[in-house]
Amino acid sequence: MNSFKVSRRDFLKITGLTAASSSFILGFDLFAQAKDPKSFSPDIFVEITRENIVKIIAHRSEMGTGIRSSLPAVVADELEADWSKVEIIQGYGDKNLGSQNTDGSRSIRRFFDRMRTAGALTGYMLEMAASKRLGVPQSECIRKNTQVIHQKSGRSIPFGDLIMIAAKLPVPDVKKLKFKDPSKWNLIGKQFKNYDMENIIKGEATFGHDIKIDGMLYAAIARPPVVRGKVKSYNQKEVEAMSGVSGSIVLPPPKGSVSFQALGGVAVLANNTWNAFSAKKALKVEWDNGPNGDFDSDEYQKYLSAEVMKKGEVKRKRGDYYATTKSGESYKQSYEAPFLTHLQMEPVVATAEFKDGMCVVWSPTQNPQAVQDAVAGALGIEPKEVIAQVTLLGGGFGRKGKPDYCVEAALLSKQTGKPVQVVWTREDDVKHSYYHAMGAMHLEASFELDKTLPTGLLMRTAFPGISSTFQEGALIDFPTILGMGFTDMPYHIDNIQCEVGKAPAHVRIGWLRSVANIQNVFALASFVDELAVRSKMDPVMFNEQLIGPDRVESKVPDGSEDPNYGESWKKFPLDTSRLKAVLKNTADKFDWNRKLPKGHGKGICVYRSFLTYIAVAAEVSVDSQGNLTLHRFDIGCDCGLIVDPDRVHAQMEGSVVFGISLALMGEMTVKDGAVVQSNFHDAPVVRINEIAPEVNVHLFSNKNIPSGVGEPGVPPVAPAICNAIYDACGVRVRKLPIRKTSLKG
Amino acid sequence: MAKFTIDEKEIDSGDETMPLLWYIRDVVGKHGTHFGCGQGLCGACSVILNGVSVRSCQLTVDGLDGAKITTINGISESGGNAVQQAWLEEKVPQCGYCQSGQIISATALLEKNPNPSDEDIDAAMSGNICRCGTYPRIKKAIKRAAQGGKK
Repeated sequence: MNSFKVSRRDFLKITGLTAASSSFILGFDLFAQAKDPKSFSPDIFVEITRENIVKIIAHRSEMGTGIRSSLPAVVADELEADWSKVEIIQGYGDKNLGSQNTDGSRSIRRFFDRMRTAGALTGYMLEMAASKRLGVPQSECIRKNTQVIHQKSGRSIPFGDLIMIAAKLPVPDVKKLKFKDPSKWNLIGKQFKNYDMENIIKGEATFGHDIKIDGMLYAAIARPPVVRGKVKSYNQKEVEAMSGVSGSIVLPPPKGSVSFQALGGVAVLANNTWNAFSAKKALKVEWDNGPNGDFDSDEYQKYLSAEVMKKGEVKRKRGDYYATTKSGESYKQSYEAPFLTHLQMEPVVATAEFKDGMCVVWSPTQNPQAVQDAVAGALGIEPKEVIAQVTLLGGGFGRKGKPDYCVEAALLSKQTGKPVQVVWTREDDVKHSYYHAMGAMHLEASFELDKTLPTGLLMRTAFPGISSTFQEGALIDFPTILGMGFTDMPYHIDNIQCEVGKAPAHVRIGWLRSVANIQNVFALASFVDELAVRSKMDPVMFNEQLIGPDRVESKVPDGSEDPNYGESWKKFPLDTSRLKAVLKNTADKFDWNRKLPKGHGKGICVYRSFLTYIAVAAEVSVDSQGNLTLHRFDIGCDCGLIVDPDRVHAQMEGSVVFGISLALMGEMTVKDGAVVQSNFHDAPVVRINEIAPEVNVHLFSNKNIPSGVGEPGVPPVAPAICNAIYDACGVRVRKLPIRKTSLKG
Repeated sequence: MAKFTIDEKEIDSGDETMPLLWYIRDVVGKHGTHFGCGQGLCGACSVILNGVSVRSCQLTVDGLDGAKITTINGISESGGNAVQQAWLEEKVPQCGYCQSGQIISATALLEKNPNPSDEDIDAAMSGNICRCGTYPRIKKAIKRAAQGGKK
């Protein structure tokens, strides 16, 4: 049932594993069962044993969204398997499972129907088996609690007792399957147990750092401070003589596009993590910094800000913006946003064993198939010769979708002939990330005389693209990234122009939770708020009017290339009634029109990203010394159908906190090509005493198809705070993070 | 030479000088205590030392003679501690990586102060970072645990 062309015995041989050596080799169980003719698996995601155990594959990665429970729960609901007894098997990298790239807030969106089908198909065959065994019509059989019940006679048969018959039945055409009526769902939309939480609170969950393989070496790597730098020399003898150190290896810099290649540097290998860290600290490396050695992010900000003051490449055009500027008045502002990084709590880590031409990698990865491809490319083997096991992720936020750390472990295992665990320090994690792009944004609105709503809107944005990571020298990002807070703007304005400037990359650029929406929605929603102030209108009303009449926009906006998060515009149109509803409902929950205490201000932002409609309302205060205090957030979410309301609630709560961090303190800077910050003291994230005492989540659930929840809560937070700051003290923040602007009025 | 206990097991660390965090993880082999920053800044590695929540990445084992150390793996029988139960009731964890340290700090807080105010919670918990943003639920869970499991 799974695609490995390797027997379990060979598999264990090449990995040198025993059951005791790792507790998270979940894929192995599955593989063993696949060879067991006594189990029943009509669908790759489901397997039922004679002992009546229902096993369901979680093929997406668990980094805190609850996806390892919620997708299997969809299968269990449809199948009518008792959730408390379901066993979840983590899927290793296997294209037969479909995409495993846990990214883009799309696990439920892409796999909800697939999971229902897996459950319905398996259930249908079990019912058919029961009808044969009991000699009754299948229509008289129902499924409940991992059994098939013949309703008329009350006889019931556990699934496990039916699998021998079911395994011999032809697999039915999927089109023939009947699905449960949503009113009968017993897990979807309800409270159900999370599969991993109990292990987590006991300290028994297995993260990437927790993999231990017999005979494993621990590696720490001094990477070039500057991307594409390389090692000139280092104190090899001195370091190799240190206690517990078994050797050192020089890794070359990336060739061509950086992609997921190892960054290079000097790796030291030791008998435990601390000895590896100590040896790394003792390394004295002379670097050739290469072509990026003079990069300076402050200088680069000036370049980007100048870039958006001139015409850029047109990415969306409705009407003729420039023609509207010939009369009436216009309003113009520019905005800036810095480099950011993920700062997930678990620094990246990977363990690899290369043996007999195959490589097993255990890692906290968002994308085991990318691990296969990247490791295979580095080792010169086939992706199917890489077995990519997935542990729990101690946070991901996009960083763990980029498996450069897995490549390092694989290269070192190949060179040493031993299993190797590469452990990144926090300093490594901060200094060698794939950074969220810094950016400059310039906006203009044109007004006819005495009009409150604009007739034209121009947005220019410039930021180094994720494209540069995959296409060396790329100057403009992919259409999908430009669709975030830019070409997708939802406003009912007759003349819209979106232009992008050119921005070369000098550090590795990558995706961070909610991606280009971060800087673009900050600028766009701040600007809209400025327009509301200019027009002397309440921001909620102004946003409503700017979004305009109810309509369903099911075409690519104005001939742009906007790919709508990879979904068809027809299936996931922009529905302005939903956008306005989430705005209004959130404002109502926040009690928008209440009188605020002196020095307090309120701000709001509504945006659709990752196909989900979100509004965030914030209440802040600024004292006479310019000190900012956060008081309250209300976040409203319309993501269509909800599978696990508690986890969606948690994602929204977490998005507010994540958004507060990036708004108040998120900033990475680069000097002489190297990242300046190193750990949580100079790359801070908010702590428990720094969030608002009140974070209210409002889920506006409905029957629309599910969209996504991991990311869309983040973008509106920063502009909501900035808009509230303006309301509180009259200072407009046009640069992130907020601490760069004095709020002393 | 240092002799101490980890989760009630007697340890003789000999001439080892590594930080307690790595001793727990790589030598003793318990993996509930997590590495987050190595500088005492994030709290992921918190353990209880003689009743106080401390950062195990900042203590070397040679200085621990006579210490009584409790990790997340030894804090209770099968997750039965009131704080752990409250964590489950409030469904606090997201990714879960920082939660060992959060539970350790919350347990140490409640042992000293069975009825903490919001300010007490902020003060005791501000050394423990959660990047997923579970802070609102951490506050609720600590209050629930303080009230004997009731909301």
